[in-house]
Order: sequence, then C-alpha cells, then structure tokens
Amino acid sequence: MVSLNPVRVLKHEAEEEKAEIARLSSFVGAIAIGDLVKSTLGPKGMDKILVSSGRNAGQVEVTNDGATILKAVGVDNPAAKILVDMSKVQDDEVGDGTTSVTVLASELLKEAERLIDQKIHPQTIIAGWRKAVDVARKALRDTSLDHSDNNEKFREDLMNIARTTLSSKILSQHKEHFAKLAVDAVVRLKGSGDLQAIQLIKKSGGTLEESFLDEGFLLDKKPGVHQPKRVENAKILIANTPMDTDKIKVFGSHIKVDSMAKIAELEAAEKEKMKDKVNKILKHNANVFINRQLIYNYPEQLFADAGVMAIEHADFDGIERLALVTGGEIVSTFDNPDLVRLGKCDLIEQVMIGEDILLRFSGVPLGEACTVVIRGATQQIVDEADRSLHDALCVLAATVKETRIVYGGGCSETLMAVAVSKAAANTPGKEAVAMEAFARALLQLPTIIGDNAGYDSAQLISELKAAHYSGNVTAGLNMEAGEVGDMKALGITESFVVKRQVLLSAAEAAEMILRVDNIIKAAPRRRVEDRGHC
Amino acid sequence: MSLLFDEYGLPFIVVRDQEQKQRLKGVDAVKSHILAARNVANILKSSLGPKGLDKIMVNSDGEVTVTNDGATILKMMDVRHQVAKLLVELSQSQDDEVGDGTTSVVVLAGALLEQAEALLDKGIHPVRIADGFSMAAEICCRHLETISDEVEVSSERKTALVEVAMTALGSKIVSRCHRQIATIAVDAVLAGIKMADLERKDVDFELIKVEGKVGGKMEETTLVKGVVVDKGFSHPQMSKELKNAKIAILTCPFEPPKPKTKNTLSIKSVEDYEKLHNYERKTFEDMIGHVKKSGANIVCCQWGFDDEANHMLLQSSLHAIRWVGGSEMELVAIASGGRIVPRFEELTREKLGSAGIIREIQFGTTKDSMIFIESCANSRAVTIFVRGGNKMIVEEGKRSIHDALCVTRNLVKDNRIVYGGGSAEISCAIKINAEADKIATLEQYAIRVFGDALESVPIALSENSGFPAITTLANVKTLQISTNNPHLGIDCLKRGTYDMKEQRVIETLIGKQQQIMLATQVVKMILKIDDVIANEI
Repeated sequence: MVSLNPVRVLKHEAEEEKAEIARLSSFVGAIAIGDLVKSTLGPKGMDKILVSSGRNAGQVEVTNDGATILKAVGVDNPAAKILVDMSKVQDDEVGDGTTSVTVLASELLKEAERLIDQKIHPQTIIAGWRKAVDVARKALRDTSLDHSDNNEKFREDLMNIARTTLSSKILSQHKEHFAKLAVDAVVRLKGSGDLQAIQLIKKSGGTLEESFLDEGFLLDKKPGVHQPKRVENAKILIANTPMDTDKIKVFGSHIKVDSMAKIAELEAAEKEKMKDKVNKILKHNANVFINRQLIYNYPEQLFADAGVMAIEHADFDGIERLALVTGGEIVSTFDNPDLVRLGKCDLIEQVMIGEDILLRFSGVPLGEACTVVIRGATQQIVDEADRSLHDALCVLAATVKETRIVYGGGCSETLMAVAVSKAAANTPGKEAVAMEAFARALLQLPTIIGDNAGYDSAQLISELKAAHYSGNVTAGLNMEAGEVGDMKALGITESFVVKRQVLLSAAEAAEMILRVDNIIKAAPRRRVEDRGHC
Repeated sequence: MSLLFDEYGLPFIVVRDQEQKQRLKGVDAVKSHILAARNVANILKSSLGPKGLDKIMVNSDGEVTVTNDGATILKMMDVRHQVAKLLVELSQSQDDEVGDGTTSVVVLAGALLEQAEALLDKGIHPVRIADGFSMAAEICCRHLETISDEVEVSSERKTALVEVAMTALGSKIVSRCHRQIATIAVDAVLAGIKMADLERKDVDFELIKVEGKVGGKMEETTLVKGVVVDKGFSHPQMSKELKNAKIAILTCPFEPPKPKTKNTLSIKSVEDYEKLHNYERKTFEDMIGHVKKSGANIVCCQWGFDDEANHMLLQSSLHAIRWVGGSEMELVAIASGGRIVPRFEELTREKLGSAGIIREIQFGTTKDSMIFIESCANSRAVTIFVRGGNKMIVEEGKRSIHDALCVTRNLVKDNRIVYGGGSAEISCAIKINAEADKIATLEQYAIRVFGDALESVPIALSENSGFPAITTLANVKTLQISTNNPHLGIDCLKRGTYDMKEQRVIETLIGKQQQIMLATQVVKMILKIDDVIANEI
C-alpha cells in the first residue's frame, strides 16, 4: 500500500531531533561550551590562544575573557549559540562575569541532565529553579553592603573590586598599579559612569608597569607642517567639515566651460572660497583647529600662516571625546562666530611615548576625562591588557551607579547555595530536588576556581560550606594560600550588579534550553558560486 | 499507473513526463495526507498547555529561535509536504484571526484526521465524513455559547482581562513574571481604547508597539506611555532630555536639494559658481528658518542630515532625530498629535506634535541608546518595552506579548468567556456524543468521532503534565456528567481542584469557536482531496 510508505513532511536536508535526542544535543552543546571556558575561571585560571581564520588568518590573540573567547569560536549547536549570545549580552550589559555566567548556565544544565535521567519533568525542574533564583537573589541582596555614604570606604571598595576583577587577568602581576589606574579614571568621572570619557591608548613597547594615567587628554595625531607645536591657553575649535575642496552638493551640477582661461578663473574662485572659509574659521579667534575630515595642503598652509595649529583626520570618537573634555561644540558651519562655544585647555604640547609622538591636552576644564596609556611587550599583551582594563572599568562604572557590593572568592556563591539548600529543606514536593541541584551548580563555581589552582577542591568546598552553615557569612577561598579565609579581611569584593546579572542571566538561559524538547533545522541555504568581485 | 490506450491499442499520454511525477489516488491519497498531518500535529502536541515544552528552530542561515508559539514553529519549519503546508496556513490564519490557540488548532485538526482514518477503513465515504464533521462543529459552537459566561470588562474592572492574558501566557517562558506581563498587556490594550471608544470595542494594534532590547532582566519589562525609537539624537552634544517638546515631523531630508527630474546644471562661469554656492547655503538657512518659525524645538526626520545642517540645528538649539523608520514616524505622529510634513514650506504651528518629555537613554557598556517620547498629547499610542538576558528570550517575549494582546483585545470585543484546561472541549465532547445518537443518517459516526477528537486536547494537556492521561480524562468526564458542571478541566498545575472557574483559567469564546471552525474546515478540505500529481523532487 502506498500509504504505508514513509511520508516526508520536511524538505530534504531539513532535520528534526526529538525528545531525548534533542535534549541530549542541547545538553552536550551547552556543557561543551561551559567546559571550554571553565579553565579560565578564577585567579589561577589559564588563558586561551585564539587563531583567526578567514581574512586575517593566522592572527593570534591571547585572552582570558569569556566573551572574547566565545565570540571567536564558531558554534553550530543551537543551545551553545544561546549561551554564546548570553555571554555577549553580559559583556554589553555589565562588562564582566562573562565566564562565570557561561559556566553557571552549563553547570545548571549538567545538573538538569541528571534530574531528567531520574524522570523528573523539565517543568518541575524549572519551577524549582525559579524558587531557587528568588531565594538566592534575596540572600545576595541581604548580605550586600553599601558604603556609598562614606567616601573613603567606598574608594576602598572600588579598589578591592578592581583588584578582584584584575586578579584573574594578565594584569594580576601589576594589579595594584592597574587597580589604582582604573579607580582613578572612574572616580574622575564623578558618578556619570560615562566610559566614553576614558580613553585607552595602546602602544606596544615598554612594560606593563609603564602604563600610566594621564590627567589630560592624549590625541594620537600630529599638527601640520610649520604650525606651532606648543600652544598655551589654547582655544580649540572642533569641527566636522570638509577642508579639501568645498564641493557644491546640489545634485546634478557639473562644470562645463569652453576655454582654458575659464578653468583658471574657476580654480581661482575655488581657492578664494577656501580662503574665505579659512578666514571665517579664523574669525572664531581660536588658536587650535581640529577637524574630523581631511585638511588639504592649501588651507593647512593658510592656517600655518595665521599661526594656528590645525589637526586633520581626528576620528569621530576622538572628536566627540575632545568636545566632551574641552567643553567645545562640534562645528560644521562658520557664519556665526559669536554662537560657537570654543573648547579650552591650558597647554597643548607634543609628548613622546615610546617612539611615537602624541599631542597632549593638559589642564582641561572638565576634569572628568582622562587617558590611560597601556604599554606592554607585545601587541597581544597590550590587547589583553586593554580588554582586562575595560572589564575593570565597566565593573567600576556599574558599581558607581549601583553602589552595593558583595564578597568574592566564591563567598557569595556559597552563601546563595546555602540559602537555597536551606529553602529546599523546607519545600515539599519534587521542586526541592531541583532546588538542591541549583545549589550544587552554584557551588561548582568555587569548586572550579579551586580546581584551576590545583587545590584539593573537595576538601576546600566542604570547609567553606561548613563555615557558612556555622554562620560565618564572609568565608571564601583564599587563593593565595589555598585555604578558607575571611573575604572581608582579605578585601576580596565584587560588584553586586555583576553577581546578580550572572545569576539571573544564567538561570534564564538554562531554563530556556531546558524547556526545549524538539529541534527542527531548516535545510541550509545553498551556497551560490561566487561570481568574482561584487 | 496512468497509462491509457486508444482504440487502436496505442498508448497515449495524459500526464507529461510521467516517470518524473508522483501520483497518488483515491483512499491512498487521503491516507497519506492524514499521515502527514498527524506527523505535524505530533510535533506540536508537546508544546500544549502550561507544562508544554519549547522548540528550537534553526533557520537556513543557522540562526536560532526558541519558541512555544504554534504558528511560529510551523512558519519556521521547512515544510515540503503539500498537506503539511495546509496545516501551516491553518495555524497562520488562526494567528491572524485570533492570535492565540495556534497550537491547539493544529492538534485538533490532527486528531480529527486520525479519527477520520478509522472511519475510512470502515468504508465510509470521505465526503460523508466531512459533512458529519461540519454538523458536529455547528453543534459544538452552539454548545460553547450556552456554557459561556459573560464577564464585565471596563478599565476599572480588569481582573477578567488580566486572567485571560495570564492563561495565554501560562505556557510561555515569560510565565516567570506572569502577572506583571499580563497586566502590562492589558494596560496597553486599555490605553488603546479610550473609555469613549469602548462602545466600538476594537483596538488598533498599530498603536501598540512591542520593542525589545537585550540586557537587563525580564522583570524590567515595562509599558511606556508613548513611543520608543531605536535611535539617538543626531548631534552628540544635544542635551539628553527635552521637556515640553514641540515636534516637527518631516519626511524631507536636511540636505541640498535633489530634484527628482533628471537635470544637468552646468556651471559656465565664476558667477554661476558663486551663485550656486550661495543658493546652497541659503537653502540650509531656509530649512532651519522654517522649522524655527513654526515654533518647534525638536525635529524628527525620516532622512539623513548633512553635517552642516546638523550643526546649524544644534546652534539654533533644536533637537533632532534622524533616520526614523516609516512606521515609527507614523506612530510618533499619532502619539504626539502632529502631522507628517513633506516640505519645509508647509510646516506650520498647527502641524506640530507635542510631548511632555523626550529622553535619550543609554544602555549597558556599549554606546546603544534609545529615545523615549513620553506623556504625549494622544495617550493611546503605547509601547511595550521588553528586556531579557539574551536575544532569544527577548524575541520569544515579544511573541508571547503579542498573543496576550490579541486575547485581551478579543475579550474586549466580545466579553463572553469559556473555561480553559480542556474543560470546554470535554463538555463539548459529552454534548456531541449525546447529540450523535439522535441523527439517523451515516453522519452519526462522523459526529461521534468528532467528540473523541475533541478529547485529544485535554489528553495532550494531561500527558504533558505527566498525569495518566486516559484515567485523568475519564475522571474529569464522569465528574462533569455527574455534577453537571461544564467548568471541570485538567488540573495541570496541581492546584488541587478540577474546577477551572475556581482556578481562573479562562479563554475567550471567539477564540475557541474559531479554533473548532478552522480545524474542521481544513480537515474537510483534506478529506476531499483524492488525487495528487506532484513533481518528483
């Protein structure tokens, strides 16, 4: 009979994975991603080398940052994709904890796999997890500390957070130095939390120790020829205007002449026009002119004649930052000199960093901005230092906004785990099993940190748990000595926002993957032969 | 198979390229279709109900979507089979008509076809089965009306609305902040209909926009009384907040004039050159002048700005948003009560929109920002702003909120409800079984199995919740008959009572009726096909 023939509903090459197989595939994918980044966790975590392929094949990156690693590995497994996306969001949202969030989600799924083997329904597990998240969040909030009213203590908190964040990165050797850099930079922002005002300049050469914070603003540009190299009491006009040939933008216009003489006339007119423009600019009474776009030789020469420092081709970020720092506005028309606010600074001079010459703007009126110059032996080191410092800055900025802090070193994870298992003991029904599983997953984070350092983690974690059960809520792992210690005394603190975000994002993503019982893949799009250039 | 011979015994061809075509005829065709349809229904079955599970869909570019919504699952499935395609359409039309119940409608259609197969084996003609089904569907719809309850719906009494939205959201991932999101959806719909408009009983979904942004947590999902535009102010130095905004909504670019007719403007002499240059500058000045004269303090433009124009706007202390999408322009216009103006010359004070406050809000550590236009003149336009830990959650959140909005609107339109948890289906099944015996013709059989098919929904519900499906159903059914209470259904969440009225699991009457009618129609259509000629793939 024909009807007994298999009926294919989906297209060829479209795939469907059902129930157990679907679950298996998503667990395997998610756990693989977790295992991939697991070894980078904690102060004794290891780094990864990423070798790119494609256009810049062979380029090497060395990193410890979870989001960077996950962005670079191309994954095909749908569940793994969810985790990668989650870690990216964590990076965009709070900047740090990208590894922890991935590891926690994958540990949760590992526990879930075990529960599913015991024939517990995924929805029951989810119900338990939701309760567990609420309990953990409450526990975290209750133990968080807020020192925002005490400036000195708050600065100490910030220093501790910066130190904790940096300790797992390449900068850990110099964490004192960089923690100070980062805290100084963020404190200068005066609570605005706008990281744009902090500029990171990477210059390879020298050592990490030589990195420094410059109170002014550094611009990686040179003034034009014959122009002053040093300007005191600078009045800066920041512009975004074409200074090549001032084209006429009315659509469809073009020049049509019938003699050579007319061309010469037009050329003269064009030159005249440029001169007009320069004159207009000069009327602003500025002695420094910084443009986002090119400045051609002719106007450059005019500026030199007038003794004005002219800098071309400062990129958009540079211009915006400069406007922010010097308090000037970005100008594109020059007809109303009275209305334009000029930027000001006390001194512009050239400085040598390594073998590059940069322009330094010092004595800027808005003391908010600053520049951090990162030095290091190789490009990879400088890049990684940049990423680490960026993480630290993000965390600090987040802490300035939401001033609560919690203790690190696995202390807050253990605390949450203990709270969750206590709550599980009081919960009737199968959800309790899921809650216990949640607590176990939380405890995995300190376990991995201990494992990565080569300590006897089983011993350490049991001691840590015992300490928390006996009411010592500031106990955590002292990674220097390999023992349980008091995090308060050691000054290992983390930002409350980051921890909370890790908890919530990981639980959300794990729940999402756990809810799936069917994976349906469409047929992959056929690759069309490339028709050469496009 | 379809080779014919003429009177001389020579073969002639009816279908060209026979060997390349596939042909199915008669009962075989119907049976093969039924098999395919059941396949599709089985995929969806496990996502039914509050304990239903989700699916991961991977599209042809490898992008991942996680969803629980029947219509979305089917739409993204790479379906080849012709009958499966019909089911995709079915769930799509349920989505367009009612917005919710897209899964149940397919499950019901699958169950109907399964029952029809048994009747085909008995030798009943497919058309008679189809007729019986439509009679049964009629009975069902009438019965649903008798067991439906009326609820009071107004902006003060919104409990019923929230409950119906909660039922729709129960199976989704957003159920973690169940009541909050249900309330947001209801508030959005109620904002859409002003009290005066409650007579008309319809909501314009154009006015409700669902925007999402990854990051944050699901609890941060909010209802914005105004419009959210995924853009930033055009000049970085414009202040981030503007109060008492007068909005000029323009569809003309702040750029040098670009005549649409093809022209060649020739510059022949120096005078021409200078004239043109001056003209160009003057156009910019005129543009700003027109805006300034009308009294606007913010410009919302569909197109880009020239650098010079941008700076001139800043200098004349006008705020500006550029590259606003077409539909967003309309929303801004509706919300602010302004008119969309195509030319600078036509800008007048009356055509400006107004808003209490316009803010640019930055997110996270990247430079992402969005513009919130709030406290507008016309408060009917609202935006639901969804947050979540990753892209997939935000997308699924948006879809779920759409469902919730739809059911809420349906309840506003028609305030009759039936109870969920499979109770309505069970009650209909009982009714149909009673009615079937009264019918003298062959259709009796079809009607009877229609009742059995209806039970597939409660069976799937209890299967997904991990109960012994048949026992539970039998229990509830006998209880319904003995107590004569049509509100008894499957207790998916183990709250300890079968009574859905007590559990407040409610669905709209229109939604349920539509489900049954649509499923029956498609089943009838499939049963009537007896020949398929398809190209071999």
